[in-house]
Amino acid sequence: MLQLENVNKDFREFCLKDISFKVEKHDYFIVLGASGAGKSILLETIAGLIRPDSGNLILNGRDITRLPIQQRRIGLVFQDHAVFPHMKVRKNLAYALHGQSRHEIRGKINSISESLGIEDMLDRYPSTLSGGELQRVALARTLIQDPEILLLDEPLSSMDSRLKAGLRALLRRIHRDGQTVMQVTHDYEEALSLGNRIAVMDHGRVLQTGTPDEVFHYPRNGFVAHFIGLKNFFPVTIMTEEGHPYAETRGKMKIRLNSGQDNMKGFVMIRGEDIILSQAIPETSALNIYQGLVREISANPGGFDICMETPETLHALITGQSMEKLNIHEGMQLWLSFKATAVKFIEE
Amino acid sequence: MKKQGLQWVFSILGGLLLLFVLGPVLGLLFSSSPVRIFETARDPEVKNSILLTLGTSMAGTILFAVAAVPFSWLLARYSFPLKKLVTAIIDLPVVIPHSAAGIAVLGFISRDTLLGKAGSWAGFNFVGHPAGITLAMAFVSLPYLINAARDGFLTVPERLEKAALTLGASPARVFFTISLPLAWKNILSGLILMFARGMSEFGAVVIIAYHPMITPVLIYERFTSFGLKYAQPVSVLFILVVLVFFLILRLLLSKTKNN
Repeated sequence: MLQLENVNKDFREFCLKDISFKVEKHDYFIVLGASGAGKSILLETIAGLIRPDSGNLILNGRDITRLPIQQRRIGLVFQDHAVFPHMKVRKNLAYALHGQSRHEIRGKINSISESLGIEDMLDRYPSTLSGGELQRVALARTLIQDPEILLLDEPLSSMDSRLKAGLRALLRRIHRDGQTVMQVTHDYEEALSLGNRIAVMDHGRVLQTGTPDEVFHYPRNGFVAHFIGLKNFFPVTIMTEEGHPYAETRGKMKIRLNSGQDNMKGFVMIRGEDIILSQAIPETSALNIYQGLVREISANPGGFDICMETPETLHALITGQSMEKLNIHEGMQLWLSFKATAVKFIEE
Repeated sequence: MKKQGLQWVFSILGGLLLLFVLGPVLGLLFSSSPVRIFETARDPEVKNSILLTLGTSMAGTILFAVAAVPFSWLLARYSFPLKKLVTAIIDLPVVIPHSAAGIAVLGFISRDTLLGKAGSWAGFNFVGHPAGITLAMAFVSLPYLINAARDGFLTVPERLEKAALTLGASPARVFFTISLPLAWKNILSGLILMFARGMSEFGAVVIIAYHPMITPVLIYERFTSFGLKYAQPVSVLFILVVLVFFLILRLLLSKTKNN
């Protein structure tokens, strides 16, 4: 429903270079990239605050490249919410409904404030509200105009983990209720947790687009893999055996972990540094012990990356000293182990 | 201990400065009896002069604010080539000596210029007319409004204006509902400053229009014609009127602040 074709913009310190991708209706589309990658510029360009130097923006088949901001039917929520401080919440919500009848406005305010749980804040000034409440007001203010697509600029970045969980749940609900969302973030956990499609951006370019699985599992280039910094990443379903949870990968590998409810779907991640290699079967308290074949050895700034094939492909990161100690070479059999606590699970 | 000693020295210096300002003013206020001041207040020449002074300065402030405030917004938001030059031009009236400013404005509005001709067509001559007084006052006091308003707009986060645009507001609506209200404290301050500065102008106004006499000119005339004793009551009255006026405006301003 939203298509970008070869969008370019040179903008002082930031730029967009030849951006092309497609967002389908009902997508939760994540643009992932480090700060300065151009993500905010991208959102502002889509919203119409910035005019691209070249390229096209197409919304529902309509070319909106030259269309004024006010006519685009695109909602944008800034990172710092930008709620108008000199107006009560009610007036903030009504701002986009300029020109509509009082009856209509009242109805829409009631319904959106109920939906976002801000009914008891309507007659308060923004200065009396907390960060989380302001974020909800900003969302309500934007959603009240029923935008075709909702653009979010790092909505969770300035929050503590409890607030984050709450807001994530809210965003998921908004998406489930039918809103197409496009969110930019530098946090890959956020990307995995919320998005159904991801575009990775660096220095103004889109490096790869795809499902989280495609992007993380088959990174198209070193940057994506490096940015995410993880190589051990698997889509899993949680199962329980004798009361203890484990994650089953697509390749039917059972990974023991610390938490998780039966039938939960998501992703597990294990840092390369947490994997211990040994020549013989290790005597350890670790719950995850597998045997594997060394497929490939590559040098890293941090040490050596040993690519192992167990039912799944695991990467272990070890030092040069350990390399020598174990005399690792390609094709040899080794034992891998890692603790259940080293396994990180992210719910889908 | 040392710190206290320093504080004492600074306080004494400050006290002397306050005395320097307060002394002449208090001396003036006590120079004339309340009876004399009352009589002067009933003098039609004095009354009309004070009204003229207040009126012309207020007119000038409001009239020029219509152009100055939006312009200040531009200055706050955009950079463009020669911006430094533009800023310098705006500050010119502050550095030009007042009577020289008057001569400059006179050359601009006398009968044989474009503006002068426009005035004739409308039926009046700027020179020796309240309209000319207004122009002279505005000329010397404009920088105060522009700078205050620009500083006010600079305190309004651009993000709020962008958010308003994405919520469907036209640029004009954004200006009037977001930028202006949030910068209003500074703008009002600037308006008061411009009004005050215009009202106290002598040099530029006296060149354009000796008559009708604004109060600064009246005071001068009474002094040169009749001496100190005769000029004092008018001065006292004018200062009192000004003080009351600004007290009211300041109260208005603090009410806005509390909002």
